[in-house]
Amino acid sequence: MEESFINELKTIVGEQYTLTDRESLAVYGYDSTPELESLPGAVLLPGSTEEVARIMRLCHGAGVCVTPRGSGTNLSGGSLSAGGVVVQTSRLNRLLEIDEENLTATVEPGLITSALHREVEARGLFYPPDPGSMNISTMGGNVAENSGGLRGLKYGVTADYVMGLETILADGDLLRTGGKVVKDVAGYSLNPLLVSSEGTLGFFTGITVKLIPKPQTKTTMLAHFPVLQDAAMAVSAIIAAKVIPATLEFLDKVTIKCVEDYAHVGLPLNVDAVLLIEVDGHPAVVAEEAASVAEICKKYRCSFFQTAQNPAEALKLTEARRTALSALARLKPTTILEDATVPRSCIAAMLKVIQDSAKKYDVTIGTFGHAGDGNLHPTCLTDERDQDEIKRAHAAFAEIFDAAIAMGGTITGEHGVGLAKKKYLPKLVGESGIRVMRGIKNAFDPKGILNPGKIF
Amino acid sequence: MDYVKLINCMRCGMCLPACPTYKETFLETASPRGRVALVRKVQEGQLDQSERLLEYLSLCLDCQACASACPCGVNAGELVAEFTCERKSESGLGFMEDLILRKLVPHPDRLEASMAPMRAYQRTGLQKLVRKLGILKMFPKQLERMEGLLPDLPARPLRQEIREVTPAVGTERGTVGFFLGCVMSLIFSDASRATIQLLSALGYKVITPKNQVCCGAPNMLGGDLEGLKEAARTNVDLFGGHEVDFIVTDCGGCGAELKKYGHHLEGDVPATEFSSKVRDISQVLALHAEELFPLLKPLDLRVTYHDPCHIAHCQGIRKEPRDLLKLIPGLQYTELNEADACCGSAGTYNIERPEMSDRILKRKLDNIRASGAQVLVTSNPGCLLQLKKGLAEHLPQVRIMHLTELLAMSMQL
Ligand SMILES: Cc1cc2nc3c(=O)[nH]c(=O)nc-3n(C[C@H](O)[C@H](O)[C@H](O)COP(=O)(O)OP(=O)(O)OC[C@H]3O[C@@H](n4cnc5c(N)ncnc54)[C@H](O)[C@@H]3O)c2cc1C
Repeated sequence: MEESFINELKTIVGEQYTLTDRESLAVYGYDSTPELESLPGAVLLPGSTEEVARIMRLCHGAGVCVTPRGSGTNLSGGSLSAGGVVVQTSRLNRLLEIDEENLTATVEPGLITSALHREVEARGLFYPPDPGSMNISTMGGNVAENSGGLRGLKYGVTADYVMGLETILADGDLLRTGGKVVKDVAGYSLNPLLVSSEGTLGFFTGITVKLIPKPQTKTTMLAHFPVLQDAAMAVSAIIAAKVIPATLEFLDKVTIKCVEDYAHVGLPLNVDAVLLIEVDGHPAVVAEEAASVAEICKKYRCSFFQTAQNPAEALKLTEARRTALSALARLKPTTILEDATVPRSCIAAMLKVIQDSAKKYDVTIGTFGHAGDGNLHPTCLTDERDQDEIKRAHAAFAEIFDAAIAMGGTITGEHGVGLAKKKYLPKLVGESGIRVMRGIKNAFDPKGILNPGKIF
Repeated sequence: MDYVKLINCMRCGMCLPACPTYKETFLETASPRGRVALVRKVQEGQLDQSERLLEYLSLCLDCQACASACPCGVNAGELVAEFTCERKSESGLGFMEDLILRKLVPHPDRLEASMAPMRAYQRTGLQKLVRKLGILKMFPKQLERMEGLLPDLPARPLRQEIREVTPAVGTERGTVGFFLGCVMSLIFSDASRATIQLLSALGYKVITPKNQVCCGAPNMLGGDLEGLKEAARTNVDLFGGHEVDFIVTDCGGCGAELKKYGHHLEGDVPATEFSSKVRDISQVLALHAEELFPLLKPLDLRVTYHDPCHIAHCQGIRKEPRDLLKLIPGLQYTELNEADACCGSAGTYNIERPEMSDRILKRKLDNIRASGAQVLVTSNPGCLLQLKKGLAEHLPQVRIMHLTELLAMSMQL
């Protein structure tokens, strides 16, 4: 990157917030995606929307690429830049407003997700999206990836809560979409397009989300299943019984062991799977639903059914679940995880495909995930130094993706396409899908400077 | 350095919200994940071991909050410390390091003698004069900070005073070896005296071997691996000569180091045995909560507890100190927000990285203020020094005590 250009960047954000030393570039050259790395040309930490707009204007004029970055926890290589400018949002982290009359919150993109939870819950309100990474991830990253979470089954994903966005476009102009109104049909719906755009359509500088009243109470339960398929069938049966738990998470044996090794919460080491189930809402409904859940789990031969006795115990269980992905890395240095999602009636079939592929390609796969959403995370435990095994892991995943598509599912439920799943996208959306997406990209960013190379 | 330990980091970022320097800067270079990446890139030859890189790494407090937070079992703090120690030992000990780590620290007598001028400086009133005239402003900043940290010294180091054997009160239930930390002996002798009294009151015969030497933690910090091993050897052999049930310490830093002797002297059976016997004082007292309870008299105090990193993160001890405090009748215990976040002391960090240390200390003091406590309890001399100074300057109404001091107060010892 040319020195004169860097100097211009410095005049916008200040010297202190323009990082160009080799060490800094190196540590902004990765995110949580395994196997991927690339060095940016500079890293900027702007302190205001105005600075973001000026950066975009400058880069647009100079034809320099810009990649937005939150906490760098995405799992598809979305925040990596090859030689361009990485614009990181950690200084744009204010909670601007909680509007209790309209039930909305407006935040800057760098605010950490769980910080929003804390503030709204203190006022008896609730922002449901809670990705496993909620203590690290930013709201901007959540919107750009349309992140799901443990409460997705009942409450939906980030997209279901985004009401308004303030976005800086590729040329530095400001675009406002939506707002605090609950109904809005003026022109194309741009919010849903921007949500899950993975930093390729615009840079979010302001986000207004919908809040709901905090559920009065909740019950957290854990069911042990000696047989994997029984757990999967219990998931479908719970939903078929018209009970919609807030959380319906699945962990297989490999995952249970790793999580227990770290968290020591008393998970069973001798069963094939556990389901972590949380029902919430009005106390009477919660009691009724908890009873149905228990009955169904027993019907599907759960060997033990445990109900958390107090909020602390419940929190321990859900927090332990949040560590699943990272805990799996205890066994092997490299963890390649996938995000294939199927209609939830197909969970049992999908688990079988995963098991068969693991066996066929002789790889260890630990599986956990948002079973109630049909969204599993088969995670291959491998070692980047063993190229042969890595190849087999990818072959197994290719097969799993094919099966997911054949079941009417998708290649990624919440982690995004980024770089990691680019090559599978055409299979899913076809040529026409790619053509329409390219057209949209072109309308927003004709010069192609915003997070280039991602998605397609 | 074990390469596998470096590549075990899967970069999920779970450590970021736990890291005090990341929380202050939001910079990836100041995060555990970033530090592991830097060290790894040096090992892989992708980055040079530049001054700047070492500077980035030196911002690490080695508080190991990242290790507690890491689900994959990576200890970023320790990896950075190991890397820095190896680099320092490659370049050999400088004149000052040699003087301090080899000629002073391993010799309790010399160490104690070196403090004598300090004591005189305080007792003669010279300290007051120097402070008043602002003379220290003329010396390097570090000296001024060091001087400012030093509380009033006891008349004599505890090591010179304490008997080698303190008998049990009443029926003897067992024997413990007491490892008396240098700073505890030199500065916080009241606390260690209380520790010995507590143990003896609970029926332990307490042996405090006179010839024990510094645990070796400063050697590790200074890159003196040889010195560290020598210290370990001396202490293992010395305590090995006594039949003890536990080796007890009331210094979090010493405890963490002593528990690693088995690792430092790899393959050495007595060292492993030594380490397996080491207990923090709170662990031993908690074993006897039932016997302790009737000895405690009411204290009408609002108390909170700061977890020393060397106790919570390095030794995993969190419950015992809290349980012990809650045992005291009348005492109102309030939990400190971010209780296990570093206070910014971190060995010599508060002297070497004063600016960051002060920012971290400020956050701690804000949390202490919000807790509404009258007494702050902790159990590590580094934290005691740092927080004592911080409280004196910003929250003079809050008193700081070592855990054993408060327990002894409740027992009216
Ligand atoms: C342990 C762990 C658990 C996880 N659990 C879940 C889970 O349960 N559910 C889930 O959905 N995901 C999960 N993730 C994935 C990840 O945390 C999410 O994708 C998250 O939203 C990323 O947020 P971030 O702030 O780290 O964004 P980054 O990784 O920094 O960026 C992600 C993408 O967003 C873009 N972006 C960031 N900020 C902006 C902005 N202001 N404007 C425009 N684009 C922007 C970037 O360019 C990039 O393409 C998990 C990850 C980890 C490591």
